[in-house]
Amino acid sequence: MAEYLIQTVGLPGWLTWSLLAVLSAVLILNLMAGGALVFIWAERKVSARIQDRLGPTRTGGSFGWLQSLADGIKLLAKEDLMPEGADGMLFRVAPYVSFCASFAAFIGLPFAFDMVGLRLNVGVFYVVAVLGLEVFGVILAGYASASKWSLFGAMREAAQVVSYEVPLGMCIVVPVMLAGTMDLVTIAEKQAGWFTNWYLFHDPFTFVVFWVYVTCAVASVNRAPFDLAEAESELVAGFHTEYSGLRWSFFFMAEYSSMFLVSGLAAVLFLGGWNGPVPIATLLGLSDGTGESTGAIVRLLGLANLLGKATLGVLIMMWIRWTLPRLRIDQVMTTCLKYCTPIAAVMFAGAMTWLWVFPGGVLNLDDGSRRPGEIREGWLEGPGGRSTAVSDAPVDDAPALAEIAEVSK
Amino acid sequence: MSQVIDDDPRIIEFDVRTDEMLVNMGPQHPSTHGVLRLVLRTDGEIVSEIEPHIGYLHRCAEKIGENISARQFIPYTDRMDYLAGMNMNLGWSLAVEKLMRLQVTEKARHLRVLISEMGRIASHLVGMGAYGLDLGTFSPFLYAFREREKILDLFEEACGARLTYSYITVGGLTADLPPGWLERCEAFLEQFEPIIREYHALLTTNAIFVKRTAGIGVLSPDMAINYGCSGPVLRGSGVDQDMRRDGEPIYTAMYDGYAFEVAVMKDGHYPRDHAYPAVPADAVLGDCWHRFFVRMLEVVQSMDLVRQAIDQYSACKGPLGEPVKVAEKIPAGDVYLETECPKGQMGFYLIGNGSAIPWRVRARSSSFSNLSVLAELCHGCLIADVPAIVGSLDIVMGEIDR
Repeated sequence: MAEYLIQTVGLPGWLTWSLLAVLSAVLILNLMAGGALVFIWAERKVSARIQDRLGPTRTGGSFGWLQSLADGIKLLAKEDLMPEGADGMLFRVAPYVSFCASFAAFIGLPFAFDMVGLRLNVGVFYVVAVLGLEVFGVILAGYASASKWSLFGAMREAAQVVSYEVPLGMCIVVPVMLAGTMDLVTIAEKQAGWFTNWYLFHDPFTFVVFWVYVTCAVASVNRAPFDLAEAESELVAGFHTEYSGLRWSFFFMAEYSSMFLVSGLAAVLFLGGWNGPVPIATLLGLSDGTGESTGAIVRLLGLANLLGKATLGVLIMMWIRWTLPRLRIDQVMTTCLKYCTPIAAVMFAGAMTWLWVFPGGVLNLDDGSRRPGEIREGWLEGPGGRSTAVSDAPVDDAPALAEIAEVSK
Repeated sequence: MSQVIDDDPRIIEFDVRTDEMLVNMGPQHPSTHGVLRLVLRTDGEIVSEIEPHIGYLHRCAEKIGENISARQFIPYTDRMDYLAGMNMNLGWSLAVEKLMRLQVTEKARHLRVLISEMGRIASHLVGMGAYGLDLGTFSPFLYAFREREKILDLFEEACGARLTYSYITVGGLTADLPPGWLERCEAFLEQFEPIIREYHALLTTNAIFVKRTAGIGVLSPDMAINYGCSGPVLRGSGVDQDMRRDGEPIYTAMYDGYAFEVAVMKDGHYPRDHAYPAVPADAVLGDCWHRFFVRMLEVVQSMDLVRQAIDQYSACKGPLGEPVKVAEKIPAGDVYLETECPKGQMGFYLIGNGSAIPWRVRARSSSFSNLSVLAELCHGCLIADVPAIVGSLDIVMGEIDR
């Protein structure tokens, strides 16, 4: 698109890039805000159905699908309260810090091949790092509110999120290691084909790592049973006790977009990204299984795939929230430090060993949807210094064997 | 001079320790069950001291009782423990009847058992659901209220009210049951019984629930007795006392011919415990988990009693009997009677002087005594344990403040 604008339309380069940047920013912002509205509505409906209620039924038709919008309007019209004694500037800034962090993280998340705000060669690192900034907004909010309950919430959040970054990081490193890159687009690209190519099913260790990732992701976005920062039965509303109106809604949107983000990240890292469980596009001949040659239809299919997986993740988080009681802060820390971190570390080592022992993968269920000669690139070289490419090319073995035979004579 | 100050141990201690914080929990706090105010002295997340402040719901009910006739006081008892109005009505009625030496008819006796045990189920459902809420799970609360609604529907059919019934009254009940009520009640029990298993799955045996309640707020039997705890709080500590069995004859006579086992742990076993989830290994007798579990057992026990009462009531021929007149004179003398309400032993004390209006009325609230043990239980717990412990005591502020 950039080439088209520069060469055909004749726009100067700086203007083109600025325009494209604004366009992607607007797209992502809208997706996030729209997504948050949809998910808030979904949360209402899901919780209602779980709890034997109906949920919103009237706003905007029979399913109440406009409820979130109506809520948004109500929040806009609400009085903007700031407690006496609050640190004014920090109090005002805090929701936007949270919001911007989860917004900015979306820049690195690919929705389909090349459908990414900015393709970064350190995509994974970027997303995790920026998402981690969200905690600053919460801590600021708790500190600036001049309320003891808010402070408790903020301190809990700080302890919890910072601790869970460790196992979360370890879990994320495993797919990075398998793919040999931190580029999220490439990571997803490498899982193309049937669902057996997903890193979830790569080996037993990655399977376990995925569930550790799920636990840590739920904890790092503060969803039940790890929602200690807001813990309404203990801390009134935790860090956002003193917030109302639009500022409160920014926290809310940040929470829901973070949920979507960690689910999307799980989809890209473990569940094949935009590659469906069955390579429909390849089977139909629309694509040859690689991203570069795919057309618009295949990309939209990929988009639907990724959104579907991420939405499923969010729905599961809702399901958990409305089923389980909340853990206590010491139990949350125990879960992290005594269980998640050691398990993640062991699984990381296990996956590393697996990759070394079976560089080409142990389940050879490849359906031939890949281009001939293309095999999964092992990041590590196999034993004896053989690269995986050599080990899977039987043609090359004949002269080598002959050589060995000759030498042994 | 400065030497003296430096040697003051309090100041040295203050230097070493981090700052303490006084936190006000309530009266507008989501998990203090109404308008209880707790002042917590905390060091980080650890609570070193807790002080309950009560009186936000004080409505002078006892003084009002000294200005109206005994029957007119019935609606005020509804508003004491507003979650178990039927049982409160019963307590007051029995106390007045004891003073008046009144005997209700057989039919009224069985109907009272039926209604008050239904009231116990309804009250324990709130206690159970709200306890889930205190621990951060919202859904069991609504499941509990879904079933409670059905009980309230039945009550509404019987007496026209859903919360403040004034159904059981001095000398009997205000009305007999409408036709078809017993069948609907049986249908409810039939439908409710399997649902209890769901509650156990969601709460009693849930790993996080057990983690949050087992070994938390352990109340020793001695302490429970010393503080005058009663009801499920007392039985959760393993003290075998239930007014329905151990109370005064006028009350226990009501349960003549009824078979029930007091829900208390004896020799490491609860009655009929093969039918219920096993006690988790971490649970200590007297902790939050046991208090909760005793309530769950009492729901089943009450269902049994309701079934028996339905049989007994249907077997009764003859009229229900009329309650006493509103301005019926009560004899001179004083009387005190404790009954087993869902929250514990609720006592009423009244002195009559020969007129229709009692000279003195006092109520002994079980929630009040149960709450008084809070400071002991919360010493050194975490902030998150405070709602867990308060919830396990299952207090109602309307009864404490009266």
